[in-house]
This record gives sequence, C-alpha cells and structure tokens, in this order.
Amino acid sequence: MIDHRHIGYVSPPFTTPVERGRLKFFAKAIGETDPVYLDEAAAQAAGHPSLPVPPTFFFCLEMDRAEPYGWFDDLGIELPKVLHGAQGFRYHRMAYAGDELTFDSRVTDIYDKKGGLLEFVVQDNRISNQRGELVAEFTRTLVIRHG
Amino acid sequence: MAETLAFDYTAAQARDAWPALSMPPVSRLTLALYCGASGDHNPLHVDADFARDAGLGDVIAHGMLVMGYMGRTLTRFVPQPAIREFNTRFQAMTRVGDEITCTGEVTAREVAADGTTILRVSVSAADQRGEIKTQGEAVIALPA
Repeated sequence: MIDHRHIGYVSPPFTTPVERGRLKFFAKAIGETDPVYLDEAAAQAAGHPSLPVPPTFFFCLEMDRAEPYGWFDDLGIELPKVLHGAQGFRYHRMAYAGDELTFDSRVTDIYDKKGGLLEFVVQDNRISNQRGELVAEFTRTLVIRHG
Repeated sequence: MAETLAFDYTAAQARDAWPALSMPPVSRLTLALYCGASGDHNPLHVDADFARDAGLGDVIAHGMLVMGYMGRTLTRFVPQPAIREFNTRFQAMTRVGDEITCTGEVTAREVAADGTTILRVSVSAADQRGEIKTQGEAVIALPA
C-alpha cells in the first residue's frame, strides 16, 4: 500500500523551454493536420506569436524532468502496475514556442478501492511562464493495479 | 491537408452533434512516435516484453495519445484560447490495431459565473467495435 503520508509530496521545481521542433514532432505524433500547429507563418496568421502549445502537451512537458518517474520511486509506486486513470486540464492563458514553463507538482490525494486492489494517486500541477503568469493547471490520476 | 469541414461552434446548441474525427489504426510506429514526441518513455507503450511481464499481454497506447486525438476534435473548430477546461477518464485500454474515432455532442450552452457564454461538449473516443476508450468533457468560451 502507498503510504498516505505522501499526500502533500512536492516534486522538485522544474523549468523547461518550449521548443518549436518538439511541438512539430508532437503534432506529427497525434496526426495533426491544422497548419496552426505545424507552420510558424500559419500560426502567426491566426494571431499567435508562434506555434502554440496544444491542449494536452503540457502533460508531456512535465515529463521532460531528468527523472520523470522519480516521484514513483519516492512514493513506492511500481511502474508496471500503473495505468492513467483520468486527466484534467484548466487553461488560463496560451503558451508558445520560445516560452519557458515552470511546473509545480504536488500529490493531493491517495486512496484505494476494491479493498486495496486498486490504489489511486492524484497529482496536481501548476504551470507558469517566464513572466510568472499562470498558464494552466492539470490534474493527473494514476491507478495502481494489485493482482 | 487540413480538412475543410465547416462547423460553427459559436452557433452550437445543446444536443448538437460535434463533427467526428477518425484516426488510422494505432500501429507500433504510432506508439513509438508518440513515445518520443511526448517524452513519455514508459516501456509499457513500446516494449512488448515489458508489457507482457506486466500482465498486459502486449503494449497499450498512451492514454494521452487518445486524449491528443480528442483535443484535435476540439481545436479543428475552436480557437484554442477559447478552451477553458478539458477533462477525460480513461476507461479501456487502446491496443495496436485499434481504430479510434472521436465523437462529441454539445451538452449545454449556458452562462458561466463570470458572465461568459460557454459550451459544454462531451467528447468520447471509441474503437472500431464501439468500445469507449476515453470519455471526456470540454468547456469552451464563446466570443463576447
């Protein structure tokens, strides 16, 4: 069982640049066809200063930490047992290629169901840009399967 | 090329269908590209040996790949700054060969606490057998 004292666990602060090439690679990976996400000129023609960070990519940027699963080790979560149960984003302002985003990540809940066969870990993330403005928040719910 | 399908979200009303988005079958290449591009290098998605040892039989798709498709279903028609929230629950595993189609429906057109008119859009992703993989909801602000 995951120790509930880990509720409140804070990951090391993490800042990462948003790279244009990475956004294009991600667009390819999800089959994107909208030129706003593929072509700098099209993005600017649509009123964006540069290629936008698409809605789900904030989750991906958080995994650019040197040890993206380091917090699993600290909490005693075994990677092969983990499934992604739920994911929610709240958006406050856009982020673009060239921005530097800082992630503040905190475990906000740990609970179990089915007599402990399934454990759930909820982690909240706040993302701010290089101007200190809140860009987005996301909540990730992991399911840990036992048996 | 971008689809030229027209859909005016600003005129959408509750119970209006959202245009569907169909993706080609998920292949191992799809998963490898998503692994690299997303930065999610969890071997469960690309290493069949690891996935077998984990009791899953074979690799499974990243839930966030499917959510990425669902996000495209929205941004095809909505300027991204209008999206306020996007929430999903991953209900079933997506596997190699699955053909994901995202469909949606406007569930409400209402005035939010701050006075903005918003749409609530239910979005789901299902495979070729109709099994729902992921169920979600987005909140979209309409232009003033």
